[in-house]
Amino acid sequence: MTISRRALLGTGAALGLLTACGSNSGRDKGGSADGEVALAHWYHQYGESGTEAAVRRYAAAYDGAKVTVQWRPGNYDQQTAAALLTASGPDVFEVNGPTLDQIQGGQVTDLTALFDGVKDDFNPAVLAPKTYDGKIWGVPQVVDTQFLYYRRSLLKDAGVQPPGTLDELVDAARALTRNKVKGLFLGNDGGAGVLGGTPLYAAGLSLVTGDGRAGFDDPAAARALGKLRTLYTDKSLLLGAPSDWSDPSAFVQGLTAMQWSGLWALPAVQQALGDDFGVLPFPKDGPGGKPSVPVGAYAAAVSTRSKRQAEAKAYVKWLWVERADFQEDFALSYGFHIPARLSLARKAAKLRQGAAAEVVGLVTENGYAQPLLWTPTMQSAYQDALSRIIKDGASPDGELKSVIRKTNDELQRVKKR
Amino acid sequence: MRRPASNTLWFWIFVGPFAAGLALFTYVPLLWSVYLSFFDAHNTVSPTDFVGLDNYTAMLRDGAFTSSLGTFAVFSLFIVPATYVLALALALMVNRTRRFQAFFRSVFFLPAACSYVVAALIWKLSIFNGVRFGLANTVLGWFGVDQTAWLSTTHPPWYWLVIVTVRLWLQAGFYMILFLAGLQRISPRLYEAAAVDGARPGWQVFRHITFPQLRTTSVAVVLLLVINAFQAFDEFYNLLSDARGYPPYARPPLVYLYYTALGQGQNLGMGSAGAVILALIIAVVTVFQARWFGLGRKEAEA
Repeated sequence: MTISRRALLGTGAALGLLTACGSNSGRDKGGSADGEVALAHWYHQYGESGTEAAVRRYAAAYDGAKVTVQWRPGNYDQQTAAALLTASGPDVFEVNGPTLDQIQGGQVTDLTALFDGVKDDFNPAVLAPKTYDGKIWGVPQVVDTQFLYYRRSLLKDAGVQPPGTLDELVDAARALTRNKVKGLFLGNDGGAGVLGGTPLYAAGLSLVTGDGRAGFDDPAAARALGKLRTLYTDKSLLLGAPSDWSDPSAFVQGLTAMQWSGLWALPAVQQALGDDFGVLPFPKDGPGGKPSVPVGAYAAAVSTRSKRQAEAKAYVKWLWVERADFQEDFALSYGFHIPARLSLARKAAKLRQGAAAEVVGLVTENGYAQPLLWTPTMQSAYQDALSRIIKDGASPDGELKSVIRKTNDELQRVKKR
Repeated sequence: MRRPASNTLWFWIFVGPFAAGLALFTYVPLLWSVYLSFFDAHNTVSPTDFVGLDNYTAMLRDGAFTSSLGTFAVFSLFIVPATYVLALALALMVNRTRRFQAFFRSVFFLPAACSYVVAALIWKLSIFNGVRFGLANTVLGWFGVDQTAWLSTTHPPWYWLVIVTVRLWLQAGFYMILFLAGLQRISPRLYEAAAVDGARPGWQVFRHITFPQLRTTSVAVVLLLVINAFQAFDEFYNLLSDARGYPPYARPPLVYLYYTALGQGQNLGMGSAGAVILALIIAVVTVFQARWFGLGRKEAEA
């Protein structure tokens, strides 16, 4: 057959267009060359070195399917949320949730059956936010927690005791603030982003009540948040550090005497400061208050858009329910996390001594998880209000009233779905 | 001699792929976004619950969205004249330079080739970080000034200094090139005639010859600057966001829509309604401005 010049050019143009439209979604076509099932597994980029190699090793060890790991930097939550709208997303993905909207929108599959016989071995604090309508929508991988690091030598030099109440924290931060060292680092935004509901729990309140209403419609909430403003006006807060709260650099470089950060930072802090540091919960506020330690867990979830849901569930069960050795390795060999399985957490040698053991104790005594009903809309309204209270001196009462109204409206919306 | 049909074929071969790409990646999503704005589209792009204008009214009642529009109206009122004056001044300076004109043109234009993301990170991490070893704080420290948390201080709002300087650095060179092109189109005879008539070089010539001759260039520059101001995203996002979100002050409308539609909230209906509102505002401002400046009016009528 002779191909005319016109036909050739036309074909070329069409192919060019199709090529331009193509994309690498990271999802395999459904089967490898040897007929094996192929699965795409997405992770967000962890800061700890060695984690990526580890998860690739776990995937390679799975016999039931050819698992391709995607290690995704950048705004992972936004990436997965967008990918779940199309068929080009992952089969299995790590998620800081799943959120209520993702569950109600039918974007994640029910994984309840994976927990048969082992449900009681998962940490209930992090399993509860993965549970909706009696079903479990994600398998918690590790428990992450945040708390206060403090530098023992700096507190001793200033004659300051580790603070046990929010008022003492304000006083300690003021006393520890020197010419080149600030008293406390709560993040470059003064704590508006990272603290979330922690000060409310420290005041004996909650984000959402058991019967589904805003849990901070109480004068104690405004009182606690007002004290964060005092920290800011006292100039006790470190602001504008090159790295944010999740990175311990500001603390180990001596820019601040106390820093709010996470368990993952513990190895770096220990390496830099030896035993010249201690850990504390967010201190209690008021007579009804109690120390507060937020806990959360990335979970493994399966997309309902996956064409291989059964295989994906089998893989998740193998990795995050059956392979206890991989779970322990993932939690404790790179960064520092508490395994989501109670039996693993109990026997982990690294968690039985020093600061790590103290943190485990704090989580057990004072841990709280953000409730599933606390949606991103409520979170952003609350975070905006907190920013205005801390930085602009807005009235905590007025700001909270507006957030309570928005929270109750949003709770009505999600209850209707 | 070739037949007209052949020209048509070549036209579609060269233009077709781009037209198809434009339709597929611009017009279809745009129309789909308008469609989504009338539905309850949480976590879906193919919704079924028609809500009419509810998303529009909710968006217009949303204090965070309306305050972002207000903030950016003020921002554009400042950044448009500031960039205009700086770009025009640079163009006049480079145009008058007798030696190394190409060198200075390149030097001033070079920042335009820099990514907004990269520039924002340099400003944030090196120049305006809030600790003692940030460049700005180091220099101020020599004069005994305390360190300032540039991006975290709202009273006074130092974060605007960071945002405005990075934007001016990035965009002034581009608009300088537009003005240079405009300056080089002005006939030397006009200046000669002005000199013969006794006009003094400098301000008088600029006011009566140069500036009026740059009218069409000025209109284009102002239109582009206003649109760019309302479409601001990259440097704001990279200067002020963190893993937990974005502070409510200095939040551009596009950043707010990004979080509404593509954040974990995934409210694509509300986000689309906001995008339509923003597009309408930009269109109305642009048309109003074009009529104000007489864009498209014949020179004879001007």
